[in-house]
Amino acid sequence: MNREEKLNRQSRIRNFSIIAHIDHGKSTLADRILEKTNALAQREMKSQLLDSMDLERERGITIKLNAVQLKYKAKDGEEYIFHLIDTPGHVDFTYEVSRSLTACEGAVLVVDAAQGIEAQTLANVYLALDNNLEIIPVINKIDLPSADPERVRTEIEEVIGLDASEAVLASAKAGIGIEEILEQIVELVPAPEGDPDAPLKALIFDSIYDAYRGVVAYIRVMEGSVKPGDKIKMMATGKEFEVTDVGVFTPKIEMHDELTVGDVGFLTAAIKNVGDTRVGDTITNAKNGATEALPGYRKLNPMVYCGLYPIDSSRFNDLREALEKLELNDSALQFEPETSQALGFGFRCGFLGLLHMEIIQERIEREFKIDLITTAPSVIYDVINTDGTQIKVDNPSNMPDPQKIDRVEEPYVKASMMAPNEFVGAIMELCQNKRGIFIDMQYMDETRVSIVYEIPLSEIVYDFFDQLKSNTRGYASFDYELIGYKPSQLVKMDILLNSETVDALSFIVHRDFAYDRGKIIVEKLKALIPRQQFEVPIQAAIGQKIVARSTISAMRKNVLAKCYGGDISRKRKLLEKQKEGKKRMKQVGSVEVPQEAFMAVLKMDDTTPKK
Amino acid sequence: MIQSAYIHIPFCEHICHYCDFNKVFLQGQPVDQYLTMLKKEMQIALDKYPQPGLRTIFVGGGTPTSLNERQLEFLCQSINETLPFGDSVEFTFEANPGDLSEEKLAILYEAGVNRLSFGVQSFNDELLKKIGRTHRAADVYETIEKAQKTGFTNISIDLIYGLPGQTMDDFVDTLDKALELGLPHYSSYSLIVEPKTVFYNLMQKGKLQLPPQELEASMYERLMESMKRRGLHQYEISNFAKPGFESRHNLTYWNNEEYFGFGAGAHGYISERRVANYGPIKKYIVPLSDGDLPLLEEHLVPKAEKMEEEMFLGLRKTQGVSLATFKRKFSIEMTDIFAEPLREQGKRGLIEMGGGFVRLTERGRLLGNEVFQSFLGII
Repeated sequence: MNREEKLNRQSRIRNFSIIAHIDHGKSTLADRILEKTNALAQREMKSQLLDSMDLERERGITIKLNAVQLKYKAKDGEEYIFHLIDTPGHVDFTYEVSRSLTACEGAVLVVDAAQGIEAQTLANVYLALDNNLEIIPVINKIDLPSADPERVRTEIEEVIGLDASEAVLASAKAGIGIEEILEQIVELVPAPEGDPDAPLKALIFDSIYDAYRGVVAYIRVMEGSVKPGDKIKMMATGKEFEVTDVGVFTPKIEMHDELTVGDVGFLTAAIKNVGDTRVGDTITNAKNGATEALPGYRKLNPMVYCGLYPIDSSRFNDLREALEKLELNDSALQFEPETSQALGFGFRCGFLGLLHMEIIQERIEREFKIDLITTAPSVIYDVINTDGTQIKVDNPSNMPDPQKIDRVEEPYVKASMMAPNEFVGAIMELCQNKRGIFIDMQYMDETRVSIVYEIPLSEIVYDFFDQLKSNTRGYASFDYELIGYKPSQLVKMDILLNSETVDALSFIVHRDFAYDRGKIIVEKLKALIPRQQFEVPIQAAIGQKIVARSTISAMRKNVLAKCYGGDISRKRKLLEKQKEGKKRMKQVGSVEVPQEAFMAVLKMDDTTPKK
Repeated sequence: MIQSAYIHIPFCEHICHYCDFNKVFLQGQPVDQYLTMLKKEMQIALDKYPQPGLRTIFVGGGTPTSLNERQLEFLCQSINETLPFGDSVEFTFEANPGDLSEEKLAILYEAGVNRLSFGVQSFNDELLKKIGRTHRAADVYETIEKAQKTGFTNISIDLIYGLPGQTMDDFVDTLDKALELGLPHYSSYSLIVEPKTVFYNLMQKGKLQLPPQELEASMYERLMESMKRRGLHQYEISNFAKPGFESRHNLTYWNNEEYFGFGAGAHGYISERRVANYGPIKKYIVPLSDGDLPLLEEHLVPKAEKMEEEMFLGLRKTQGVSLATFKRKFSIEMTDIFAEPLREQGKRGLIEMGGGFVRLTERGRLLGNEVFQSFLGII
């Protein structure tokens, strides 16, 4: 292609994402768009195609981004090239969302005609607006009996401030309004700008590891072009590679000779580690490359830490390999070996958030078949010692002695919640219980309210989201962002089993809540730890001081006193099952402790202490 | 040599809330055909594995006494015709109190049945109703009297403890009434809620209140104490007898010896194989009609498993497992092959050694499963 042809083609490219709250119909709309553009033969359609990992499909969320190239013949007779870039819908992955939005010129905003705007939608719309994206509002699920499109239209105008008079009324499920959406994309989303002859500037908005190709980087070409054989450089890391392949997904993989301005596709270059293709980084030519990278890159830092230990200590190396494999595909995952007196050898791992943590944990258990013990998640505390030194503590058991501590600071988030006004009381009570500081409350319309609090991240990491959902019967939505550190009256709570401190059960708690939490935790542990052959005292302690205690009674009877006739195999199976159950427990000192006990501090249920 | 046979009659007029044995409602079942096939199974098996003479025969269920007189007679005849009786065979029938007419008792007695085992479970009528039994305490007295009049002396009854809503007083009352009968043998089992039972479904819904472990343990302790006071010695975890009246049939299982299992869903141990028959009556009948054994599965027991079974079955006996028998059976010292669990469980005070036997201690008897599982999967 010559320059002319490139520019002509460029004018027919439309790059867009779909923004929606979970369950508002993003995946279904994506499926319909794929269908309409004949990207797939009907038989190839697998419902919700863009969510590729099993886990994603099960949880109904998108973790890994994907981008597809589609051809659309518009009513004006021209054929347009669409790139649909998928975004993850969870708050843990805000940074990725922002990077994938950068790869677009427009975004389709899907709002449920019955439920209206939710906190997550709003957060993502703001990200899109920050990136100067043209936003196309779509009111979805208009065929629901409870749909109220006019109310939602007003909400979009009043809450977000978008002109929603042209908003498409659609039902992705029923196939209503899809063509209108596609026409609006052609009409309203600007064609990409950029000089195809300038030095290469390509934005990495995601990458995956493929066993055969190495790292596959998902890129958006902003300036210049890239083709196989080109020598490229990653501007953040300075690493250089030679391009082996470029291409697009349609959604099937399709090799191209070249990717040029406006193209969204993939690039491979025998890259061995996803850490070399960092999301948000800019790829340029190794020689005579761009001098300035695309704005917005930052290295992702984990917000939540926990210990991962194999139940079977001999599988430590398997766990290391599993983490190394997952790391190839997930540059946000961090881990380093640590030792616990109670649990032996394991890893302290850092995650973007709780969901990220659960996903990794589940993948290790499912894909690598390693039974894990996960310690309760912790945030990073800044500890300023009396001698003036400052340390970061990501593992409660590393907290210095109280007398050595001058003060402790903990990360706070700004938490935005939206819900029908009848739940305002419940939300505020919950936030107060979680040490929240009230910031703002606004009515979005007659019935819906937006509430903003500043809350310690550690409280969010506990059961905040679950409680929010249950206290508002699922109506509240929630989003948060980190705002910085503030001093807090925090103490370390130790748990003793059979008079021995179990380091893996230690946690950090606000002084005012310490007694109540201590009481709850010892009762929880009592319920979770099965009876042993001897009595096991459980104690919660701050320093030397015991603040709560409970006792697991000794096992009194465990014997098959039943007539099984001659069915000896059944007897055997029963005994084997009992023995197997024990293997899934961790021997801590002389006590056998099941997996769930280590997460007990996390699940405070409805018994969260009230101040 | 096989010296024991278990015969399963899978029919019941009522199904108890805790029972998960292979059984069906009697009504509408091809009972006669079943009994014919049962006879055929015994014939085929004895042709295949000829035996000089059986020492024990046990007819269980289900409810064997739910058969009518004619059927009962046919069953007894089949047993007599197909199974070789050794000298002084122990021939037991399980019976439901209230089911046994004088005529039925006479049929059994004539056929050589010399031991009856009644599923009494409790003497508390309320409790009996709650667990789905149809007999009442009064039926027990009546039936036992009739049985004794017929000539039966070797009579045993089963009791269950740990029932929903059962109190210590309830159980002690039942125990007293049972012992008052002065029978030579008693079995007492703890309730275990198994899947596919009424109780299990209730439990899933949170509607079954079982006594706490402490109470169940106390009931068990009380049971052992009461039996001892009455001169009934505990020869197995759940079994008590006057000397000489131990159930030889059950001892076959605990001694890890071989036995036939006849009937739908019955289990056997034949020629080093643990075998199981098809459970559903129709599936059981089909192969037999073609002259084949109705085998659902068989498992050749490897030596290691045999040794494990010698331990977890044998330790159920008060006497314990004989070191000499172990050596004779497996040509290896128990104290070598199982050195670790023996030491470990000994240290915990759950087993003891003496007189050439390893046995559970009194404490170990309450925690038997903890001991049994320690012998599994270590060879």
